[in-house]
Order: sequence, then C-alpha cells, then structure tokens
Amino acid sequence: MPPAVVLVTGVSRWLGGALAAELAADPAIDRVIGVDTVPPAPDVLRHLGRTEFVRADIRSPLIAKVIESASVDTVVHMNISATPAAAGGRVSMKELNVIGTMQLLAACQRSPAVQRLVLKSTSAVYGASPRDPAVFTEAMQARRVPAGGFAQDSLDIEGYVRSFARRRPDVGVAVLRFTNLIGPRIDSLLSGFLRMPVVPTALGYDARVQLLHEDDAVAVLRQATVGDHTGTVNVGASGTVLLSQAIRRLGRVALPVPQSAMGGVRKLARRVRLVDGSVEWSPEQMRLLNFGRVVDTRVLREEFGYTPRYTTAEALADYADTVAPVVRPEFVGDVTGAARSVVGAVAGGLNAVHAVVGGRHRPAPPVPGLRAVRDA
Amino acid sequence: MPEARVIPLRPDDDPPPPRPAAPSWDDQVAGGLEFLRRRVTGEYDTDEFGFDPDLTDHVLLPMLRPWFERWFRVETQGLENVPDTGGALVVANHSGTIPVDALMTTVALHDEHPASRRLRLLGADLVFQVPFVGALARKLGTTLACNEDAERLLSEGELVGVFPEGFKGVGKPFSERYTLQRFGRGGFVSAALRTGAPIVPCAIVGAEEIYPMIGNARTAARLLGLPYFPITPTFPLLGPAGLVPLPSKWFIAFGEPIETASYGPAAADDPMVVFNLTDQVRETIQHSLYRLLLQRRSVFS
Repeated sequence: MPPAVVLVTGVSRWLGGALAAELAADPAIDRVIGVDTVPPAPDVLRHLGRTEFVRADIRSPLIAKVIESASVDTVVHMNISATPAAAGGRVSMKELNVIGTMQLLAACQRSPAVQRLVLKSTSAVYGASPRDPAVFTEAMQARRVPAGGFAQDSLDIEGYVRSFARRRPDVGVAVLRFTNLIGPRIDSLLSGFLRMPVVPTALGYDARVQLLHEDDAVAVLRQATVGDHTGTVNVGASGTVLLSQAIRRLGRVALPVPQSAMGGVRKLARRVRLVDGSVEWSPEQMRLLNFGRVVDTRVLREEFGYTPRYTTAEALADYADTVAPVVRPEFVGDVTGAARSVVGAVAGGLNAVHAVVGGRHRPAPPVPGLRAVRDA
Repeated sequence: MPEARVIPLRPDDDPPPPRPAAPSWDDQVAGGLEFLRRRVTGEYDTDEFGFDPDLTDHVLLPMLRPWFERWFRVETQGLENVPDTGGALVVANHSGTIPVDALMTTVALHDEHPASRRLRLLGADLVFQVPFVGALARKLGTTLACNEDAERLLSEGELVGVFPEGFKGVGKPFSERYTLQRFGRGGFVSAALRTGAPIVPCAIVGAEEIYPMIGNARTAARLLGLPYFPITPTFPLLGPAGLVPLPSKWFIAFGEPIETASYGPAAADDPMVVFNLTDQVRETIQHSLYRLLLQRRSVFS
C-alpha cells in the first residue's frame, strides 16, 4: 500500500529535494512534506512540485506538531550532516545529527499514524582499517569502532533507530547504508575531493572505492519509501575502482603526500582556495582514503529488489563528463601514439640498415652441391 | 626414383626450433607504451579485493620471474593436483624470514599450471598496515586472512593460497627448518568446509635457506612493531647487500587434493572434524617436505 503522507527531512539538499520531487510526481501519494532548517535553493525548489515545505528544525518540538497534525504515515530521515563545515562546526553538526534524530524519533513514537521509517545511513558505520575484511555484509560490524565524526554519529543514530524499532514494533523500519554518492548534480564528499585539479593522496596507500550514482540513490530511497522492505540494506553500485584509478580516469593528477604532511597540505589548499569548505579531511575520511571500504550488495539486489543502473565505473564516467580533465586522455593517446610511430620508424630504419649491412656479413648460402645430396 | 628426404649433414649446426613467442623489440616497446597509456588514463579493471590483473601481468610477475627461473630455479611437481577451474584452497608451509615463498608459488601456478591459475593469497593484517607493501599486496591479489574473505574468494571459484603457520613459520629460527609449526586455529579448514572447496596441500623446499635466521633482535622488533627482527649471517652485517637472498634450489610440490564437500557446510561448526582435517593437511605437508628433502642433492643445486 503506498503511503498517504510522506515527511522528508533534509529536503533542501540535492538528494532530499530529488526524492521529494520524485514522490510528489507520484499521484498515489496524497501529500509530500519537506522539512529543513534552510529553504531550498531556487533550482531545487523548481523541481519540488506540489511538495509542501516546512521550515523547521528537527531539534525543535515543532516537528512533532507537523507529524501529528498532518497525520504523517511515512518518515524519511536524511537530515544527517557529513561535514562539520556545512553544519557550522563539529559541535552543531553532532547536535543536528544526534539530537535532531532523537527529537524526530520521539515525535514518531508519539504519533500513532506513523507506519514506516526510512533512515538514510552510511556505510561509514563499518569504519575503515587494515584489519577489515575486503567486503562488508550487513551482518558485520566495524572491527575498529570509528571514533568521532560522521561515522560515530551514524552509529549512534542507527542505535537510536534500532531502539525506536523495538518500542514501536508496528512501524516498518528500513536502514539504508549508502556508499559514497557521485554524479553530475550531487555535491558529495568525494565529488568535492575529486574536483581538485591536484588530488592529494596518502603516500603508500591506495583505497578501494565503491560509488553509487545519484539517480540510483534517489531510486533506492523512493523504493524504500513506497515499498515495504524492513531491515538494514547496503546500497552501492557493483564493482569498485582504486582511488588512484579514479583520479586517473577523471584526468586529475594525484599528489601522494606522506601521512604526516597531510595537515600542512590541507591548510595550504584552503589558503589558496584550491578547495571549498565542503572538502572533508577528518581522520576518518583519511582512513577511508587509505584503506577503502566495499560493501556486499546481495541483499539490495535479491531481497530489497533493486539493481543499480550504473556500476561504479559508469557512475564515475558520468561524473567525469562534468569535470574538465587536467590530463586529457586524448592527449595521452596522442603522446603514446606519437612515441609508437617514432619507435616504428626507428625499427623500420634499423631493419633497413640491417638488411644492407647484414647482407655482407650473412653466412654464405648453402653450397649447391649439398642440396644435390639431399635430393638424392 | 627414390623419394626425396632430408639427410642431416651437420646435426650440431641445426638451427634451434623457433621460439614461439619472441616479439621483436619494437613490438615490446609498443606494448609497453600501450600499457603506459592504460595506466595513465586508468583504463584497466580492478576487483573488490583491490586485485589489479593488468599491473600483475605486466609488471609484478615479470619482476618475479627471473627470481623464479634463474635465482631459485624452482621445480614444480604435482601441478595436475590443482584443479583447472573452480575454487580450491592451496595450503603450504611458510618459511624464509620474508614471505618470498608466497610470491614464488603465485608465479609457479600462473606460469606452469596449464590453466594459468591466479593464486589469491591471504595475508596477515600487518601486511596491510605497512605503506606500499599493503597497497602492492592488494594489487597482486592478496587479501586479509579472515574467514569472510577466504569464503568469498572460494565461492567465486578462485584459487586461494594460505600459510596457516603465519609468522610462527616465516620467522622461525634456522635450526628449526622444515618442522611445521602449529597450524593456527584451523580457520582455513572451516572456510574450505563451508564452501566445499578441496584443500591442496603444498610443500615448499628451499625457502628456508634464503635468509637463514640465526637470531632475533627482540628489542628492535618491539620498537618497530614487528613480530620478529631477523639476524642472518649477512643481515644487518652487510647492510642492504644482506637483503639479497641466498640462491637455494627450490621445489614446490602440490599433493593430492583433500575433498571437503562430502562433510557438508555444517561440519565447519564441528571442532572435531576441523581439528582432524587440520592435522591431516599438516601431516601430508610434513611428509612431502621430508620426501623432497631426501630427493634434494644439496641446498644450492
């Protein structure tokens, strides 16, 4: 049964706005209510359609009134900030993430109309360390519990959602653990990082990177909202690339920096405005870029019932169309092609010289007399 | 008229049969340039474990091949015991202070096995903590020695290589050479049982002598966070020159596969089955080690 009234938190960001627009386009859904602390940008607003926007902080009791009065039956919680800069510092980021979720869940618990809760979580809850198995399934836990930052917030939030699910067993809860998102429109952690012309990487490490295209992310969120799958699902595209490979495919230049010099590079990059504030350099992000993380998506494909349209490589290629490469692949092709033709010419010349010079030194042809013996 | 036939006049001077694959130097350079182009533009594939077949085939294996062919003159036996397709677990003895034996087994299975099988090694977490080494190990197809990864690789039909002795084997003193150490907790057996993959016991002779470890500087090891710090007759006495391994003669013998499918996946939770299979594999490897040692004329020839 499709939901009647859907509440989407974090609607002013690209992903939230895209989901709200998608839901608003579905005639089976009566109302779509978008909540955020800031009004959506004009271009997001244009796509929102009949979505009703409520400017409210999920940390305030106002959210409970909205849920109660509109008799919301499905809540999609995606107002989880991954970067301190976007939320205005680490303290307010943590407050928005953790306290905001607690308030939202408290409001949901009060309202008998709520039938479904979808949490946009992250695969960062698995951490990233050299002791990790190569591929995480939903049943695994972080070998080294991530301390501080976004991953810690996400672990706390998942914990609160689990206890909410225990207190309200009648509510279907879906927890979606997304890998890094990428695409031409979304502004994600990794897309900001890879937009730099020279990308600093950790010297001596090369992470495995699993991505998810923004269109697939919206489709999965939509299906989780209107469907009835409950439980935890890893959401990622099939296939992986290495970080060095991603940088090369985007035509960027990798700058391997020793671990100890990373902080200095960050300050320098900020000073010369090479990067904007959205580029995250927390220790947790650095660990991810050292060791990488890959999740198993069998549950997504077989139980949840969605197969991402883009593989990791295709999602990266789609993103690559929007960034101008520093090192153009055609240029590389031209250079190697030119080098090949030079080699070919040299080889041809050498062979010719060989034929002339070597002709004199060639061993004498077999004496005709011997052939006569053979023929005999 | 009698039929024409060839009579070899001077058999000694007969030209050798043409070598099948001897590309001219300009073809080789062109191949190298194409490889460089792929590397710079990132147009190659890697898998979820970080395995990079392009780099392995064009750089890492060619770098290991001279050691395999010329330096250690590795002789392989029983390659027919390694299946051509499907998952199998190669279990070998570990030795040599630095795990060169794992690399040589990889070359052996790729170059000499008729199906050119890729050995996916399982390494200790220390390998992945060390910069450069960890990244390179992943590109060569190594992943962390844990049941999750082993079972994933085996169920994907890969040939997985494991050294259950771990650091106890690779860092044992020279006086204990060719005596197998304890085989971990039998995790490799439960991975094989869960996936029904056969276990191929593998005995490696020769690796013990490449860096004869006559001492262990425990303080240095503790300071560097290593499980041991080797002292060999040449290292650290001769400095970097002490890192050159002694050119011992190697044998790598693959024994008859021990099938595990008939036990069923539930047997992985039966400690008695796991212990018995672990012992069986260990005994088999120890016996083939003794057999190979008897065959060997001397350490270096």
